[in-house]
Amino acid sequence: MKKKSALLLILTLIIAIALNWVAFVGFDVSGFKYGGMFDEERGIRKGIDLAGGSVISFEASKENPTEAEMDIVEAIFNARLMNAGYTEARISRNGGQITVEIPSVTDTDEAASLLGSTAKLTFRDADNNIVLDGATDIKNAEYQFGQASATSASEAYVQLTLTTEAVSKFADATRKAAAESEGRNYISIVMDENEISRPSVKEEINSETCIIQGDFTPETAQQLANQIKSGQLPFELTTISKETIGAELGADALPTSMKAAAIGIIIIMLFMIIMYRMCGLLASIAMAIYVGLIALVLGLMRVNLSLSGIAGIITSLGMAVDANVIIFERMKEELKNGKTVKASVESGFNKAFSAILDSNVTTIISCVVLYLSGIGTIRGFAVTLGLGVVISMFTAIVVTKFLLKQLVRFNIKNRKLFCA
Amino acid sequence: MKNIKYTENRVKFLLLPILVIVVGIVMLFTRGFNFDTEFVGGIRMQINVGSDFENQEIADLVTEVAGEVAAPVVQKIGDGTQATIKMSELDDETKTKLEAAITEKYGEEAVMSVNSASASFGAQVQRKALIYTIIAILCILAYIAVRFEVKSAVMAVFALAINVLVMMAVYAITYKPLNTTFIAAMLTVVGYSINNTIVIFDRIRENMRGFNAKKGHDVAEFVDRSINESMGRTINTTITTLITVILLNILGVNSIKDFAFPLIAGVIAGAYTSIFVASPFWAAWKKAEVENKKQ
Repeated sequence: MKKKSALLLILTLIIAIALNWVAFVGFDVSGFKYGGMFDEERGIRKGIDLAGGSVISFEASKENPTEAEMDIVEAIFNARLMNAGYTEARISRNGGQITVEIPSVTDTDEAASLLGSTAKLTFRDADNNIVLDGATDIKNAEYQFGQASATSASEAYVQLTLTTEAVSKFADATRKAAAESEGRNYISIVMDENEISRPSVKEEINSETCIIQGDFTPETAQQLANQIKSGQLPFELTTISKETIGAELGADALPTSMKAAAIGIIIIMLFMIIMYRMCGLLASIAMAIYVGLIALVLGLMRVNLSLSGIAGIITSLGMAVDANVIIFERMKEELKNGKTVKASVESGFNKAFSAILDSNVTTIISCVVLYLSGIGTIRGFAVTLGLGVVISMFTAIVVTKFLLKQLVRFNIKNRKLFCA
Repeated sequence: MKNIKYTENRVKFLLLPILVIVVGIVMLFTRGFNFDTEFVGGIRMQINVGSDFENQEIADLVTEVAGEVAAPVVQKIGDGTQATIKMSELDDETKTKLEAAITEKYGEEAVMSVNSASASFGAQVQRKALIYTIIAILCILAYIAVRFEVKSAVMAVFALAINVLVMMAVYAITYKPLNTTFIAAMLTVVGYSINNTIVIFDRIRENMRGFNAKKGHDVAEFVDRSINESMGRTINTTITTLITVILLNILGVNSIKDFAFPLIAGVIAGAYTSIFVASPFWAAWKKAEVENKKQ
């Protein structure tokens, strides 16, 4: 009996160490590879406040946009981000608000104008009638650099490919425009109510492609092509907040917080061992399992870790042993009342359970409400603290109880050594 | 420790948090809260000057580029070579000019972060924060009312209200910025304080099962005993929680410190109110009820 218990205790200790090893260092077994929670590709994602970059929030100018409309906005944002090469960008939504985080990009204003413009492209005649509509008539838009025609100088321009119906519509419109008197024989190209160019029309154009020339730099032409290609937003968006964070600002945040966490864990373990002796030692093993589990969950879920998330985790460390403290204090009382070690463990757990449950449920309630608030920085905090509370209930109750049962089998006569 | 008459001296124990709150109110009227841009709108820049500087020198630079309307407020952070500048909303063009002027004067890497929010966004965040805090408290209350009794819920909230006011006072006294991390700090303390109160209430609930007014039992004595019995847990959990938060305050970066310090105050206040406020006032209420029934 004693041998089996000793074996189980040692096994748990090995599991605790292995768990932490996997969670922080990772593994590489027959093709399955994980580099630990700080793995850049598979581990946690560093929030903008840790990695640097831009955060931009937009709000629909329309009251109560539907989910479907916001889906379109998100799809267009995704397309624009991809086309612009911001592949690491993350989008989050909350009702009519949409927030984009773009790591390592510090030209926030440019990104905001790229994403936020409605991109409603229209071709109009001299009477301001819309002859072509970018949303339905254009198949593709490409940025080009070179001579737009045989006689002009090299420049940046955007080449549009029209749909089949649009080709005939455009032919009609250009024929009519060519027949107009001088000064009215043009088609103007308008983007979000800004006229980009006003080419005059000499003859009917019956072609699949057409060109937008203007005062473009390669960058602005590229951006225009990108916006046309990714489609037009269903309504206008206004920028409600913008944030730029330099990479060096957040660089220290993670290592210093990790240091605080590591020192904190050691001090808490020492504190528990001093206060509760053997029981404290078991609580420390349970805590090591807690640390490994939470690091593993955060890493595998690829949680977007921000400063407030770190604060949530580190706060939960101190609370993680709370359940153990409640149980051990209870056991101490039972021991004082003359119960046997075994009976004290049983009744300690039983009597402490309602207090642990009620106190953790209230914390979980506030985490859920915080998460629902949709305020970005608070969400990160709610997620990590909530995870921490749930996992700590498991380690502090299930794991500790299992370990204590093994310890009881050793028949420790010295009550002081057992639990102070 | 064993002979403290919590219930009898409850009003005296209430004086300490009230003192902190009064100091906070005085500071509030003399200096106000340090509202961050997320709450009131405007622009916040964090810049690295690299050496000692005068706040006025940076403020002058801002007004020179952006005009008097910018109304910059400069605050030193960290080791004194970095600054936070808060100003009113500017258009993109002026903002870009200002950033250029700062990098020209203090070097390429000087601008560490820029945060701009519209005033309406700020108002929205403030409103949301308030609404969700109240929702969270109401949900917790409902839970306590179901698991304990309505009187417990009321007293838990009474203690909580004192706790929140103490936190607000700490923010006013230390002039820490009120931003979204403020809400996170507030809610951690709300959760923690309720958590503490519940553990003591749990012990009272258990002990009160043996309560019998006819046998001449005294509610105050039962409650005082329950508080003492759970004192070891209250103190030890407060210590383990404080360990990590204090370490964050020592080792963390500025924005983490802004969160950690008020949290230290909040955790201590949370333990204090659950021992000296929630339970003793509950006892007084219960006692009055028991005596009413007798008559």
